[in-house]
Amino acid sequence: MTAPLSAVNEFVVCIANVNGTGSASANALFAKAVFAGGVPVAPKNIFPSNIQGLPTWFEVRISEAGHLGRRGDIDIMVGVNAQSLEADYAQVRPGGYFLYDSTKQLPQHFAREDITHYGVPLTALSADHFSDMRQRQLLSNTVYVGALAALFGMDLDRIKGQLARQFAGKERLIDANALALDLGHDYVRQHYGSDSCGLKIRELEPASERILMTGNSALGLGAVYAGATVMAWYPITPSTSVAEAFEAYCRRLRRTEDGEKRYAVIQAEDELAALGMVIGANWNGARGFTATSGPGISLMNEFFGLAYFAEVPAVVVNVQRAGPSTGMPTRTQQSDVLLSAYASHGDTKHPLLFPSDPAECFTAMADAFDLADRAQTPVLVMVDLDLGMNEYLSAPLAWPEGRSYDRGKVLDADALENLSERYGRYLDVDGDGIAWRTWPGSHPDKGAFFTRGTSRDRYAAYTERSEAYSDNMERLLRKWETIKTLVPEATLEHGDGEAEIGLICYGTSLLSTLEAVRGFDVPIDVLRLRAFPFSPNVGEFIARHRTVMLIEQNRDAQMRTLLVNELEIAPGLIHPVLHYDGMPIPANTIAEQMQRILRRTGIQVLDKEDVAA
Amino acid sequence: MSFIAPNFRHPEQGANGLGLRRSDYEGALSTLCAGCGHDSVSAAIVQACFEMDVEPHRVGKFSGIGCSSKTPNYFLNHSHGFNSVHGRMPSVATGAILGNRDLLYIGISGDGDTASIGMGQFIHAARRNLDMLYLVENNGCYGLTKGQDSATADLGSVSKTGVATELYGLDLCALALQSGASLVGRSFSGDKSQLVQLLKTAIAHRGFAFLDVISPCVTFNNTPASTKSYDYAREHIDVAGALDFVPHQSAIEIDYAEGEVQKVHLHDGSELLLEKVGKDAGALDDKTAALAAMNRAQDAGRMLTGLLYLDTELPDLHTVNRTVATPLNQLGQDELFPGLDALEQINAEQS
Repeated sequence: MTAPLSAVNEFVVCIANVNGTGSASANALFAKAVFAGGVPVAPKNIFPSNIQGLPTWFEVRISEAGHLGRRGDIDIMVGVNAQSLEADYAQVRPGGYFLYDSTKQLPQHFAREDITHYGVPLTALSADHFSDMRQRQLLSNTVYVGALAALFGMDLDRIKGQLARQFAGKERLIDANALALDLGHDYVRQHYGSDSCGLKIRELEPASERILMTGNSALGLGAVYAGATVMAWYPITPSTSVAEAFEAYCRRLRRTEDGEKRYAVIQAEDELAALGMVIGANWNGARGFTATSGPGISLMNEFFGLAYFAEVPAVVVNVQRAGPSTGMPTRTQQSDVLLSAYASHGDTKHPLLFPSDPAECFTAMADAFDLADRAQTPVLVMVDLDLGMNEYLSAPLAWPEGRSYDRGKVLDADALENLSERYGRYLDVDGDGIAWRTWPGSHPDKGAFFTRGTSRDRYAAYTERSEAYSDNMERLLRKWETIKTLVPEATLEHGDGEAEIGLICYGTSLLSTLEAVRGFDVPIDVLRLRAFPFSPNVGEFIARHRTVMLIEQNRDAQMRTLLVNELEIAPGLIHPVLHYDGMPIPANTIAEQMQRILRRTGIQVLDKEDVAA
Repeated sequence: MSFIAPNFRHPEQGANGLGLRRSDYEGALSTLCAGCGHDSVSAAIVQACFEMDVEPHRVGKFSGIGCSSKTPNYFLNHSHGFNSVHGRMPSVATGAILGNRDLLYIGISGDGDTASIGMGQFIHAARRNLDMLYLVENNGCYGLTKGQDSATADLGSVSKTGVATELYGLDLCALALQSGASLVGRSFSGDKSQLVQLLKTAIAHRGFAFLDVISPCVTFNNTPASTKSYDYAREHIDVAGALDFVPHQSAIEIDYAEGEVQKVHLHDGSELLLEKVGKDAGALDDKTAALAAMNRAQDAGRMLTGLLYLDTELPDLHTVNRTVATPLNQLGQDELFPGLDALEQINAEQS
């Protein structure tokens, strides 16, 4: 018999439910109540491409130590979906716990002896106390939150306080949910006592101020703060909520007293048109952006080339999902790296930013707009479904005092009036590959030019002369060198830089990577990429480490390809650590692959569990 | 194409209300074939803008790809222009219009650019009633790729390929009308006086003004059996009603008998006098009547030109959006940045 698991503030809860039953608010209530008690939490909503009926899971990592990536296994499962019950049951770790709806009896073969079972009649309790059919279903979800609170020894008033926040203004809902919480809580107390479960949540005094927010909300708000006025988009999971957040925050922060808007949000006819609108707005001097996912980036390829070649700023948020084609539209991946870096035909490349949490998402939008304006080129902000749609624990959003918008090289009416030499739109007067642009309507007879995707000379006049074409393409390369000095540097996230083993990761792979590293008993350095093109310290890091691994969430090691290509590194120097099943990358997957690589490369390492054994 | 720009200027030609000369509205030398209908359209745009005292630098010119889409380079040299990608001009124009509501926007497209690859964006620009002039230079063929039929080539029409078109030709005016355009007109590049009147009306109008201009391709589709040739157009045109565009500064001097003329007020204060033809002619904003008149003409093997539809009440995109009067591109950080207190408040809501 396996001993029941015992842990305080270090475990994983999973709630297996049916899509469309309204479980989202009950699940959020639980996660936010844990967070409100000062305990670090990472909720992940694993949902189907469906409105009603398919299985959905809500996985909550609770970790006082701050391990907020996916761990990869489940300590306690709430199984309320008959379709997936068998598999959900099997997933519980030995020594773990299984809470189920005992209104109906569990099938006989659900008889694991290595886990503890809690039957709570969720449906019956709800049916006994609520008359409305829809409400019964919704509130049976809240009943399991009450039951969990009793098992974990949580303060019920803390959850009720959160309830009041979540349903502010809807008093009737608050009362009904509070009753449902009590029903679950009291049932568990009466039937299982208060000490039967070894998993406990103990409230903490948080060391620093933290927020819980989705990446998409932070991106939308970031665009508001960055001065975006035009947003064009086409609905696509998982990026839709960026547009929704931008519009909601604009409605709150960007309207005049008369209700007039200092912004425009257009739901376009497709992603292609969305980027076209963004290009038109930026060409005219208004900051515009769009948000999409892989399929949208595929469609936008033509326009990426235009913006690159005609040198029009544009900001595109790519919330990546599992491809190719429609792939798994509600699952996460980092699989658009190459597509985004080299989008469009001909020789093109685009700067990419890789934020890792909501605070960075917020800042990345300001950085992206400044970079797009400064370099007059499209910039992509790369996140994924995991960060975009899940609530992430993060430092508060911050805007440095006095930071102002960098609109780049723009000649206004006065500058044009005082211009002594002939204006050339593509004339590299400063030697950094970036020429001065003008906004339409600025000056009666100076500065007008014709923007085009065809070859032109330095004065924007159409030409098919080979020298003029090459001259322009080479200037664009000079500009790329300038861009390298403008993007955020890669950061050392762990170690002192002197280890033999070096890991590289980016975006949402960071948290699980850091957790995996802490299980090893040898020095390991972790470098996090924050942008493409790569800062000089990336090449240095690779050169300095005997064994280099790159952790990413795609099948083909796309970032590795990009590094090999751009830094001219031998491919064998970087060992890929990959995860691509559509779920956020778990720490144990990383650790296992690291072990294999280290064994293969002849480095003797024991991880800490082996040492203990 | 011609290689020499003529320097000759008519001695009587003076300055307009802005003190500008006609030459201030011209563009680069055209590289289109000699006799191309599109060059007449460019000339008509120059004339309309000159006579309406349009400030050249307060115009944004847009196009997609194709012969027609080269033409914005051939008029209004002091305007910014944007030659975008094939069929996608409407979206680029949409973004620009959102970014600065104060300029005059002229989009030039062709039947290949609009009726096939760009059909989706065209329909949606009309649907949003974007405040712009959208002009299609319609020659029924793809000139720049050497004369393939376009989607507006009429059934049975024979181009230089010698093969009769076997598919139905799309009517862009009918499509624009059905999609929400607030001004719809058709003209012929060989009828400059009508075209200039229509252009002036479209420029004065606030909303999506669509003009389908039959503009023959002299190289690939000016054959005896083509329905988009100069000869065919001249012989088969019916005019929906003579237009008289009266700029807002001018007094109406012509006397019309009551009932013969419909008077329409345009957004910039100008007036439009429209001759009523036939006793069944409906009001200008009667969509059903407009479609019926177009269909009747088509059934009779004729081409109806003139102002076919006008609704001055339909709100444009900015009106629908309730955008502030100041162009969005003129708003600085002071007006756009919500402040650090608001950020602190939002952080508190997430903790």
